[in-house]
Amino acid sequence: MDRFSWSNGLLEINETLVIQQRGVRLYDGDDKAKMDLGVALLSTHRLIWRDIKNHECCIAMPLSQIIYFEEQAAGIGKSAKIVIHLHQVPANKEPGPYQYSKTDMALFCCFSLQFYRRLTEEMTKKRWENTPVSQPIPTGTGSQAGKTRAVGIVGIERKIEEKRKETDKNISEAFEDLSKLMVKVRKLSFLSIDICAKEMVELSRSIANKIKDKQGDITEDETIRFKAYLLSMGIANPVTRETHGSGTHYHMQLAKQLGDMLQAPLEERGGMMALTEVYCLVNRARGMELLSPEDLVNACKMFESLKLPLRLRVFDSGVMVVQLQSHSEEEMIASALDNVSEKGSLTAEEFAKLLGLSVLLSKERLLLAEKMGHLCRDDSVEGLRFYPNLF
Amino acid sequence: MRRGVGAGAIAKKKLAEAKYKERGTVLAEDQIVQMSKQLETFKTHLEEFASKHKQEIRKNPQFRVQFQEMCATIGVDPLASGKGFWSEMLGVGDFYYELGVQIIEVCLALKHRNGGLITLDELHQRVLKGRGKYAQDVSQDDLVRAIKKLKVMGNGFGMIPVGGSYLVQSVPAELNMDHTVVLQLAEKKGYVTVSEIKDSLKWEKERACHVLDHLLKEGLAWLDSQAAGEAQYWLPALFSELTSRDVTPEEANQMTP
Repeated sequence: MDRFSWSNGLLEINETLVIQQRGVRLYDGDDKAKMDLGVALLSTHRLIWRDIKNHECCIAMPLSQIIYFEEQAAGIGKSAKIVIHLHQVPANKEPGPYQYSKTDMALFCCFSLQFYRRLTEEMTKKRWENTPVSQPIPTGTGSQAGKTRAVGIVGIERKIEEKRKETDKNISEAFEDLSKLMVKVRKLSFLSIDICAKEMVELSRSIANKIKDKQGDITEDETIRFKAYLLSMGIANPVTRETHGSGTHYHMQLAKQLGDMLQAPLEERGGMMALTEVYCLVNRARGMELLSPEDLVNACKMFESLKLPLRLRVFDSGVMVVQLQSHSEEEMIASALDNVSEKGSLTAEEFAKLLGLSVLLSKERLLLAEKMGHLCRDDSVEGLRFYPNLF
Repeated sequence: MRRGVGAGAIAKKKLAEAKYKERGTVLAEDQIVQMSKQLETFKTHLEEFASKHKQEIRKNPQFRVQFQEMCATIGVDPLASGKGFWSEMLGVGDFYYELGVQIIEVCLALKHRNGGLITLDELHQRVLKGRGKYAQDVSQDDLVRAIKKLKVMGNGFGMIPVGGSYLVQSVPAELNMDHTVVLQLAEKKGYVTVSEIKDSLKWEKERACHVLDHLLKEGLAWLDSQAAGEAQYWLPALFSELTSRDVTPEEANQMTP
């Protein structure tokens, strides 16, 4: 068994795998070696054995070490084996799992006839003589198998790393070319849209300029149509003169739909909802053909002109909400003052819990009350707290 | 010879105006008709494109990037409206608008913990998780574009460049250059101290404290006054996987307004 050396199990160039077999057990002489079940590989040059459980545990022996081998028939309690008779340990042998061996034999258990036959073939052909593989890198004179094994593995890992880097480079170069190709191919498929859309943009700019400069007599109808075209193309509306807001028929319809849809949710939420909340609510309900954020804003801007009972409102902080027209400002502020007075003081979080509002909106309401002079603040690192204004 | 006066000159001017006006009228009206014709041509081309590439747009983030870049060069915004051709025929709109909903929901669920500031990486991970295994792939570029659209709804959506990526802000907290710079400083370790700010940025103590106080008040920073040495200001938005814990759905339900 001491003829075996540690190996990475990888085949050298010129070395070919002949056959492999799982479930093979190694014996040292007649005793079971420390090795368990593994995979035995026969190559043109070596006999390799790899532990099934621990893939790193891999040993190999040059076929040239074999004097001859024979089959040992199965007996009672014993399975069929191949007994391999070996030469003396060569001086330059690489470290292996065993320093000494009881016998000049290695035994392999649980063989297939195939393996036996192939081994016979290879021993006959002696292909290793014709195609020498590179000598293993001489390792240090460390006596401990574990230590020198690590050094050998470092060399192997270095090789693996080099090969990996090279392969990576080749692959990424190929991909670069491929993606460049894809970009070109896509540009071609985009081409017709590209040209068409650019013309539309040009045209719309020219029209917009004319409208701005009041050149010509464009009717209201035509303006509306033009805006609709801009909307479909996703061209920003360059006409600053707004007659219907930035809205189109589409937005008017939307506004009406929203008017119906948001009544109940708004009532439930104290009459006010952040626009982002509305966005999620509406789009979740729709499932498909969703609204863009801009669609929503543009529709909400039309509430007033369409005399719908909702209003879009922008707070100083920039927060945008939709609120029920029926919920008057004074009422909201008065009730906020009541709440705060009752509790002595309130933070936005506490107020939110009280009213079932979002923290964001309850904060806005308190800020509004403060703005109107009904509340005053205590701003510390512990939070922002509102008190009734006694000044 | 005198110019521009006299009945003759006035008449000439009026004639010129009329011709100009006439030409202007015809041209502008004509142009709108022309535009409607060109729209039809465009729709045809877009239909053809959609028949070949609609699936790819939804599945391939790279393709979307290229598509968006093309639109930017042309000068159109394919995400402006759900009523736009791009949305209706290519379905790009639904992809990004739905993503917008998911982004809002993630930010809302975590706001109690991070004050409304979250790294783009974490947002990306959580959105992907929420979408499930069989949903289309979403890239960070997709998120960035969706967030840009969300800005218009005024809830303070914005992006702060930090450490090679971004922090996504989803609350209207005012963050100026000073705050941003401190956030960037805190990015490496997830926290920052007054001394570090003074050393790295060469600020006075007052300025550093002012910025840190603001971050505390906005709920973007937590104070660890028991830290060895000096008080540490931690930013939950920057907590790594190691130091953070996932919010369970139950907790999120309790916290979500």
